[in-house]
Amino acid sequence: MTEPTVYELSAPGRSGVSLPALDVDPSTLPPSLIRKDLPLPELSEADVVRHFLRLSQMNYAVDKGFYPLGSCTMKYNPKINEDAARLPGFAFVHPLQNPESMQGCLSLMYHLQSWLGEISGLAAVSLQPAAGAHGELTGALMIRAYHLDRGERNRRRMLIPNSAHGTNPASVSMAGMEAVEVPSDRRGNIDLAELRKACDSTVAGLMLTNPNTLGLFEENVLEVADAVHNCGGLLYGDGANLNPLLGIVRPGDLGFDVMHFNLHKTFSTPHGGGGPGSGPVGVSEKLTEFLPAPVVAILDPGGEEEPPLYGFRDPQKSIGRMRAFHGNFGVLVRAAAYIRMLGAEGLRRVAETAVLNANYLRTLLKGAYAVPYDRICMHEFVAEGCWADAPGIRAVDVAKRLMDYGVHPPTVMFPLIVHDALMIEPTETESKQTLDAFAEAMKKIAAEARSDPQLLHEAPHHAPVGRLDEVRAAKQPVLTGKL
Amino acid sequence: MPFLPHTEAERAEMLKAVGVNRIEDLFSAVPETRRYPKLNLPAPASEPEAISEMRFLAEANVQAQDTACFLGAGAYHHYIPPAVNHLLLRGEFYTAYTPYQPEISQGTLQSIFEFQTLIAALTGMEAANASHYDGATAAAEAVVLALQQSRGRRRVVLSPVLHPHYRRVIRTYLQGADIHFAGDETPETYSAFQARSRIKHLATCVDESTAVVVAPYPSFVGEVDDLAPLAEVVHTAGALLAVAVNPIALGLLKPPGEMGADIVFGEGQPLGIPLSCGGPYLGFFATRRAYLHKMSGRIAGETSDGQGRRGYVLTLAAREQHIKRERASSNICTNQALMALAATVYLSLLGKHGLRRVAELCYHRANYAADRVARLPGFQVVSRFPFFHEFVLRCPKSVAEINRNLLDHWEIIGGYDLGRDFPCLANHMLLAFTEMTPREQIDRLADALAEESL
Repeated sequence: MTEPTVYELSAPGRSGVSLPALDVDPSTLPPSLIRKDLPLPELSEADVVRHFLRLSQMNYAVDKGFYPLGSCTMKYNPKINEDAARLPGFAFVHPLQNPESMQGCLSLMYHLQSWLGEISGLAAVSLQPAAGAHGELTGALMIRAYHLDRGERNRRRMLIPNSAHGTNPASVSMAGMEAVEVPSDRRGNIDLAELRKACDSTVAGLMLTNPNTLGLFEENVLEVADAVHNCGGLLYGDGANLNPLLGIVRPGDLGFDVMHFNLHKTFSTPHGGGGPGSGPVGVSEKLTEFLPAPVVAILDPGGEEEPPLYGFRDPQKSIGRMRAFHGNFGVLVRAAAYIRMLGAEGLRRVAETAVLNANYLRTLLKGAYAVPYDRICMHEFVAEGCWADAPGIRAVDVAKRLMDYGVHPPTVMFPLIVHDALMIEPTETESKQTLDAFAEAMKKIAAEARSDPQLLHEAPHHAPVGRLDEVRAAKQPVLTGKL
Repeated sequence: MPFLPHTEAERAEMLKAVGVNRIEDLFSAVPETRRYPKLNLPAPASEPEAISEMRFLAEANVQAQDTACFLGAGAYHHYIPPAVNHLLLRGEFYTAYTPYQPEISQGTLQSIFEFQTLIAALTGMEAANASHYDGATAAAEAVVLALQQSRGRRRVVLSPVLHPHYRRVIRTYLQGADIHFAGDETPETYSAFQARSRIKHLATCVDESTAVVVAPYPSFVGEVDDLAPLAEVVHTAGALLAVAVNPIALGLLKPPGEMGADIVFGEGQPLGIPLSCGGPYLGFFATRRAYLHKMSGRIAGETSDGQGRRGYVLTLAAREQHIKRERASSNICTNQALMALAATVYLSLLGKHGLRRVAELCYHRANYAADRVARLPGFQVVSRFPFFHEFVLRCPKSVAEINRNLLDHWEIIGGYDLGRDFPCLANHMLLAFTEMTPREQIDRLADALAEESL
C-alpha cells in the first residue's frame, strides 16, 4: 500500500479553493522582486481530502487502540476539549489585541496558572513554554539567572541522574551549563552517596524526574532535596511523569524549586503525531521574578459589580521571552477544560487509576518477562524484551510483533540503564479488558520468541509497510520529493 | 467519574491481583507527611457546565471574524479552507504520537515528508525539517546553527526590523553563551530608525567575527528588500545569512534561496492555522544541503522496506537529544507536527495558483489602503515602497486612543501600536491586509480614521 505524494497527484490547472477576485486597482511591484516559478502542486479539494484521508489510515492512534508508550502518557483525550479549543471566540483572537478586548482568554490563562500552582504546590507559573523540553530550557535558564543574580558565577554544573530523559542534558548545555551524570542505585533510586559526593559550591542544581524513568518513586526524595539545597543548588522537576502524582503529592511540598508541566501528557491534549504540546513552568517563591515574560496578572481587582481586569506583566528579573506571543493557547484551553471537569477529587482518581493499571499489568507480565526493578511502581514499569533461551530476540522484535496484535509497542531501548527495555505505561483511561488482552498478546509473543523467532524478526506482518531500511535513509538522505 | 473505565468490582479484583488491600497501599513510597494534600480547586463541572463556561469565556473576547481586523505584526487573519480542520480532526492524525514506529506511522511520516518538500519549494532551499515551536524559536535555532557552523565566531548581527519578539527570544536562548549582538540597537529618533532599517546599514555591521546576519523578508514594518547585495557582503565575511520570511509573501516574491540565503525560517501560522491568541503556531526551517547535519528538529526521509515498497522514517537522528544527549544540536522533542500537517494540507489545497492569488490580494489591497489613508489630513504612510501586506502609518494622536474608537464605534480591530517596541515610533501604527479584508472594510477603515484626523 503506497500512497503517491501530493506532487505525484498534481495536474496542471487544478486548485482546491475558491478565493475572492481582486477588488482594487493593482499596483506595480519591482519585477526583480517577483518570483518566476512557484513550484507548488495543483489539486482539487477532493484530491486533497482523499489523499490525506488515505494517509491517516496508515497511522496507529489512541483513538484506534491501546498505546502503552512509557513516559509519553498516551491517555485517551476527551473530545469536549477539541470543541472548546475551536470555539470562534478563542480561535479567532489575535494575540496582540488590546487586553481589554481579550479578557476571556486572559481569565482562562490566569486561572490555569493558579490551578497548576495549586496542583504542584509552587508559588507562580508561566504558561509561555511551548513543550516539555522548552520548559526544561526555561527552568535551566532561570536557575542560571538566579545564581548569577546572587553573584555566584561559578555554579555551572547541573547534576542529572543517568536514567533521565535525553532532553535534560541537552537543555542544560543549551543554557550554557555543564551536565554531570549521577548514577542510580540498585533499587532504581538516585545513588545518595554519589549525589552527596557531587554536591559542592559549583552545583547549580539537580534535574530529577520523579517518578523516574523506571516508573519508580524516588524513595529518598526528601534527602535528595536536602543534599541539593544544602550545597546551595536548586531542585528541578521534570514534569513528564506528573500523572501519577496528581492529588497524591505536590512537587513543591517535596522541595522542588522549579518544574515544567507537560500539558499534552498529564492534562489530556492529543499529541498530534509529535506536537503541539505545551510546557508551562512553575517555581517556588525565590524564582518568581525570573519567570519568562509575560505572565498573566490581575491589573485591577475590580469591585462587587466589576470583574477584575486581567493583563500581562513582565517579571522584574525575567530571563526574557521563550517564544513569540503568550504560549500555545489552544493547548491551555484543553488543559483548563480537563482540570475544570475533574476537580481535586477527579485528579486524584486519575493518578490512582493510572498507578493501579501499571501495577496490574506488571503483575500479569511478571512470569513471562523479567522486570528488573520489581517493586510497587507508579504509572509505568520497565520489563526486559530479551530471554537467555531466545538469544536472537531483542526488545525491538517484541515491539514489532506487537503491531500484529493491534497494539502500539511500548517505548523500547529506554531507559538506557536497562537491557532491551520495554517501558510500559498503560494510563488510567484503559479498561481491565484492554489490559488483559495486552497481557495475553505479550505472553503469546514471549512463547513465539522461543518457538518461532523468525516470526518476530520479520514482524510486522500486517502493517502498511514492513521494516524499513533506516540505514539507507540516513546514509543517502532523500528529504524532499520530486517537484 | 469521567474518563476512568473501572467498575468497583473490577477495581477490587485488580487490587487483589496486585496483592494490596487498598489503593492507598500503592503510594507507600511517597513521604507520608506530604501525602494527599488538600487541593484548592473549583468543584468538578459536568461536561455541559464546562463547555458553557468555556463558551462564556470565549464570548467575552472580541474576535477577528466578527470585525474588520487590521492587526498583523507576526500573526495574520487568513482564510482557512474547512478541509484543513476536517482533516486535522481525523483521530488517526491528531491522537497519534511522534512516529517512532514507522511501520504504523506512515501517515504522519509521509505528511512530514510532503511538508519538507513544500517548504523547500516555497523558500527555494534544499532541505527542511519537520517544524519548530514558532517563528521566534526557529530564529533562535537558526542563530545556534550558525554559531556551531562557524566554530568560534561570537558576533550575531540582527536587523532592527526583525520582529521584536524574535530578537528577544534569540537573546533569551543565548544568554548562557558568550555572544555579542549588533545591528539592532534601539534608535532614538525616527530618522535613525529608518536609516538603521536599511540593508546597507546592516551590511556595515558585518565583520570577520560575525557568525550570522538575521534579516527579515518582508520586514516587521512590512518593507521588502532585495537581499542579494547583503548576501554577498555576508558571504565575503565568511558568515551565514538567515532570513525570516512570511510564507504568504513567498507566493509572489522571489524566494530567499535565490538571493543567497543560507537558512530560511519563519512563522507558518498564516498557512491554515487559526490566530488562537498566539498558539499553537508553527516554526518552519529550511537550509542549504551543506547544513543538513547541523539542522535541529525532526526530519523524515524516504526509504523502502524488505519488499521494495516506498516508506518514510525519522532520520539523521544522531543529531538528536535522545542519542547525543548533552552534545545534541537542540533539545527539541515535541514539535508542532499537527500544525505542519495543517500547513501541508493548506498548501496542497491552495497550490500554485491559490497561494499566488492570496499573496496578490494582500499586496494590492495594502497598496490601495496606503493610497486611501495617505490622503487623510494628519496621517502619513511612512513605510518605504515596496511593502508587502503591512505598512506603517504615522497618526495624529495615540494609537491606543484611535484603536479604542475604531473598536467602539466601527467594529474594527485597528493596527499594532509600534510605540510598544520602539519609543521613537510613538503614534505609529502597523496595519495589515489580507484576503479577509475586502475593499469595503478598507474604505470603512479610511472613513473611521478620517474622524481621528483632528
